[in-house]
Amino acid sequence: MPTRIIEERPRPFAPVDIDTVTLDIIENALRNARIEMDATLVRTAMSPGIREQGDAFPLIADAQGRMIVGQFGSFIGGFLDGWDGTIEDGDMIFLSDPYSCEGAISHSNDWLVLLPVYRDGRLIAWTAMFGHQSDIGGKVAGSMPIDARSIFEEGVRIPPVKIWKRGEYNEDLVKLVMHQTRKPDWCAADLNALIASCRVAARRVHEMCERFGDDVFVSATEALLARNHRAMKALIGMAIAEEPISFEDYICDDGVGFGPYRIKCSMWREGEKVVLDFAGTDPQSDASINFYLNENMFKMFFGIYMIMVFDPAILFNDGFYDLIDVRIPEGSLLKPRYPAALSGRTHALGRIFDILGGLLGQKTPEFLNAAGFSSSPHLMYSGTDKAGKWFQLFQIGFGGIPGRPLGDGPDGHSLWPGFTNVPNEFLERYFPLRIERYEALADTGGAGLHRGGNGILMSYRFLEPGTVSIHDDRWFVPPWGVNGGQPGARARKILEKPDGTQTIVANKLDRLEVAEGDVLHFITWGGGGWGDPLDRDPDLVGKEIRQGLVSPEGAKAYGVVADAQGKVDAAATEMLRSKLRSDRTGPLPLFDYGPDLATLRARSQADTGLPAPRQPVWHSTALAAE
Amino acid sequence: MSYRLGCDVGGTFTDLLVVDEATGRTFRDKVPSTPDDPSRAVVAGARQICEANGIDPAGVALFLHGTTVATNAVLEGKVSRVGLVVTEGYRHILQIARSLVPGGLAAWIIWPKPEPMAPLEATVEAPERIGADGAIVRALDEVKLRANLEILKTQGVEAITVCLMNSYVNDAHERRVAEIVGEMFPDLPVSVSADILPEMQEYERALTTVANSAVRPVVSRYVGNLERELKAWGTPSKLNLLRSDGGLMSAEKSRQAPVNLLMSGPAGGVAGALWVAKNSGFPNCLTLDMGGTSTDVALIEGGEPRLRRETSVGHLTVRASSLDVKTVGAGGGSIAAVPELTGALRVGPQSAGAVPGPAAYGKGGTEPTVTDANVVLGYLPENLLGGSFRLDREAARKAVQKVADALNIGLYEAAAGIIAIVNETMFGALRLISVQQGYDPRDFALMPFGGAGPLHGNAMSILTGAWPVLVPPSPGVLCAYGDATTRLRVDAQRSFNRLAQETTDGDVGAVIDLLVAQVSGELASEGVSPGDIELRVEIDIRYAGQAFEVPLSSPRGSTIAELTARFDAEHNRLFTFNLNVPHELVNIRVVALGKPANVAPQGIARGDGNPGAAKVRDHELFMDGRVMPAAIYDRAKLRSGDKVKGPAVVCEMDSTTLIHAGHVGEVDAFGCILIRPE
Repeated sequence: MPTRIIEERPRPFAPVDIDTVTLDIIENALRNARIEMDATLVRTAMSPGIREQGDAFPLIADAQGRMIVGQFGSFIGGFLDGWDGTIEDGDMIFLSDPYSCEGAISHSNDWLVLLPVYRDGRLIAWTAMFGHQSDIGGKVAGSMPIDARSIFEEGVRIPPVKIWKRGEYNEDLVKLVMHQTRKPDWCAADLNALIASCRVAARRVHEMCERFGDDVFVSATEALLARNHRAMKALIGMAIAEEPISFEDYICDDGVGFGPYRIKCSMWREGEKVVLDFAGTDPQSDASINFYLNENMFKMFFGIYMIMVFDPAILFNDGFYDLIDVRIPEGSLLKPRYPAALSGRTHALGRIFDILGGLLGQKTPEFLNAAGFSSSPHLMYSGTDKAGKWFQLFQIGFGGIPGRPLGDGPDGHSLWPGFTNVPNEFLERYFPLRIERYEALADTGGAGLHRGGNGILMSYRFLEPGTVSIHDDRWFVPPWGVNGGQPGARARKILEKPDGTQTIVANKLDRLEVAEGDVLHFITWGGGGWGDPLDRDPDLVGKEIRQGLVSPEGAKAYGVVADAQGKVDAAATEMLRSKLRSDRTGPLPLFDYGPDLATLRARSQADTGLPAPRQPVWHSTALAAE
Repeated sequence: MSYRLGCDVGGTFTDLLVVDEATGRTFRDKVPSTPDDPSRAVVAGARQICEANGIDPAGVALFLHGTTVATNAVLEGKVSRVGLVVTEGYRHILQIARSLVPGGLAAWIIWPKPEPMAPLEATVEAPERIGADGAIVRALDEVKLRANLEILKTQGVEAITVCLMNSYVNDAHERRVAEIVGEMFPDLPVSVSADILPEMQEYERALTTVANSAVRPVVSRYVGNLERELKAWGTPSKLNLLRSDGGLMSAEKSRQAPVNLLMSGPAGGVAGALWVAKNSGFPNCLTLDMGGTSTDVALIEGGEPRLRRETSVGHLTVRASSLDVKTVGAGGGSIAAVPELTGALRVGPQSAGAVPGPAAYGKGGTEPTVTDANVVLGYLPENLLGGSFRLDREAARKAVQKVADALNIGLYEAAAGIIAIVNETMFGALRLISVQQGYDPRDFALMPFGGAGPLHGNAMSILTGAWPVLVPPSPGVLCAYGDATTRLRVDAQRSFNRLAQETTDGDVGAVIDLLVAQVSGELASEGVSPGDIELRVEIDIRYAGQAFEVPLSSPRGSTIAELTARFDAEHNRLFTFNLNVPHELVNIRVVALGKPANVAPQGIARGDGNPGAAKVRDHELFMDGRVMPAAIYDRAKLRSGDKVKGPAVVCEMDSTTLIHAGHVGEVDAFGCILIRPE
């Protein structure tokens, strides 16, 4: 049963002809409202994950739930199709269960607030925002247990419920939810921030309607969607061929010893439509790395990538959705069956973007970017300090941006929109730790005419005993280079005891006990290189040696011979370059994935310090617990 | 006799204003700017205005100056090469830059990352560590430090910054490093982060201090030249510069902390607007400073402009207080375009600049601009710049026709569309400083100035509901008023970072006393007598765990309990909710202000309400969807009390005011035009 929308005075909106100028004004006003949503959230939220790192996503949609402005596309339509409930003026929906909204949010940590905007007895728009909660209970601090076998181990699940019902606040509901988390103070503030942001946007919608009239507003949103439809149709006809192409990449492991998991996507055009088919993607995992991918969200990812790769001047909304057909096999890693665990979904979420890049760019290498999405690396550190106080840190790390047609990939930056680091002085002031190194680790970016960005080395010295969780990927399957560029370096985590002994630890783990004085070296992936490294200006390589971004040893990947001061030996460089060129057996590959899987497995212990993951074993998925 | 001389350097003109401190009488003048060395026009203008009015240079006690020297150096990349000393392990702090890629999803594909302001090859490490509690975790290894500093000798650096971890709690290592740097590089200016920004957040502190170093040589040179020339001219006047926050700082201080000058230019406009707002009896004003390429907007409430804790220039955002001015890329020169794929009408941020300029300027520009649209619509008659400069109407029509053709609409409709879009962009900026901060624009007047502001002011009031439109006299030279009428300002701040329940009024008072002693001492050394010093205390407060704080003024003697209650009220006003969470006092700040100038506005003659004598000719313009008859007036001939009925165009040397149909502009006793709906 789809959701029933209750309207006091239901009547259709009259279609109005909108002139270009009014349309552009409304579009600008909507965009400003979205910016206000972000500003409100960041200023009032409390968990560092949201307030410093910006892990939250706003949108404003029309009455049917189609996104007019926002980031990840709308899930409201899907929610309305699947939820057996009613919507009335004065309601506000709150939910976190991915299985209740077709994966609109992809793990229970993301709390979503939906606000229907009514005017004069009619539903005219929706505002919505979701944000990642640092803890929602469950079996480990941070609520993302890698070895979870079902979603029941991952903390509180909130089905669609009304936090406000016809204007009345359901305080008991909020109490019940807050009782499940280790950080009720953060969760309460963050939930309030999400609500305040949605209200701000709703207020702006009302003002626009007052200014232009309800009919004009509705017709304008239709026209904005149509405008985007037109632009995307032209772009698709131009850039996507009818002949299928495909691309595949891997998640390194599932954190319980198996991997890698393949994700494959094929793309072709049928008339004006694009088909994106994930057939060939591996089945779902028994652990938590499953990513319940919402089809509409993937349409938006695809659309944004098309726009960014081919024509960044286009503004995006949901208008082009019917031009795209997304097919995801049931029971696969990207459409797991209930009640599969989902909390570790960031790895596949990240990989989707590398796959999109490889898919869209392979026929037009001049637009192709290298790989650089590892994951959204997480570090959790929690415990009870000497004064008996509970502390809990959730931190997102960053790595190397891939080499791009535009130039080098930035070192140690975020591929996620709006994410930023937590200042180290802030961490040191409010958590029992000290950051002893914080640098863009030399040679981790893949060599290329345009170098891949270096990953970050962040060394945490723990000042209290505690428990650590790590979520990262790209430690086994390297981030690939393109157009002759080389792969970036893989991620790695090292625990160092005060006496100097070092142990390599897994990139996905929970319950690592650390002692006072231990140091964790958290090293993230480097971006893949772009273009032939032998074409890179030797003096630039020399300069990057002086900058600590490349080592004299690393310079050899560019065929550059230089000393520790970055002084380039021109003659030796010329010799090395011509030798490297003559050693080549053919043209450089479009994609350089590094060694094949068998070789990676064979060398895993030697190269990464960790045993290779075992090939996943597929079995028919156990019947759901219902 | 004692005079103060205000001087503002713009891209085209340098504006000057002399105020007789005893009588409040003013003298105005403008001379062409000399962009290669702005100080030449400054001194030439100063000489000219004094000679013309029989003012003895020996009587000019204060020389007050807003300058874009630092701003332009940053925008044009003509800053000094800075060496940076950081804590070991943090060499790449500016390269990583908090990891932020601006823009939405996949924006990394098209983002050109700016280079660090201090080059990495000129960034060296100090082996040392101070903890978050201020304790020395690892002593400074001076031998190694000296060895590391040797690298800078090969790097051609012109200034050096020292920024070490947790120096906002304990600056001992920074001071010692600075001493050693001073010994090894005796000719280079050294900026220490604990001096420039003693606040938590290592990246912002490092960047702000590096920015300070980067503009230090250029500002030093400029200030030095100016002082020398003033001395040669024979004036004993003390040079003060306008800070980004609208206060004045001494020449000496500006040499040490020029990062505070980055928004000196826009601050002059707001300071001038402040003065007009006070005199006209409109303490609540939205200001709209519209120039050729961009527009600055700000909010004045109760006669005070809003401040923010950041200054942004181009890509650079530093932690230095500035007036809360929002800048949007919309000005008279903004270019209108219709991209093929979407068929949308876009205006700006690309600008035709001064060269080639709008098509109507006849300097070779062919792209349609906002100015061209104003010309087509009849809002901008031909006699711009006092008649010496003719507008090419035909060229403007031809340019705007391109937009009309692309959208398949009429010429007038296209021009009106361009104006509506650019107005909407400015409206967005006005919302950011008003509605988004919890202010209702209808409680404010709107003051347009700058070359293009008064053309758009009436339309902006229709959009915002801010009435009246208050067009000051000489809206093109308002900045010089700001320079001349503002006062000396010194501030100091400490990170406090304590929960309200875990501290006492005594603890807070002790920090305030310390800061008061510091800022009062600084002002006293500028020659301000203790009786003339006004002190203001501000405390930044938030719910423990939030990232952003709300600055609240905290008069001396007020208690923490009062403060937290006021915070709750403010939080509720801004964000619609409160939390049952402890309050954290984040920063304590004290501002010391010198005495304000006695500058009274000049009155104009009283008329009989009929502006007929000022009428130049009949006119026609396109407004509200049709061509309608209008009239053109000469502002210089308007009298107090005159009522100009719209649609009308009021011309003066440096600006043009548009009064819409259905509105009336009334001239007040000081020559301001107050436009209201009829």
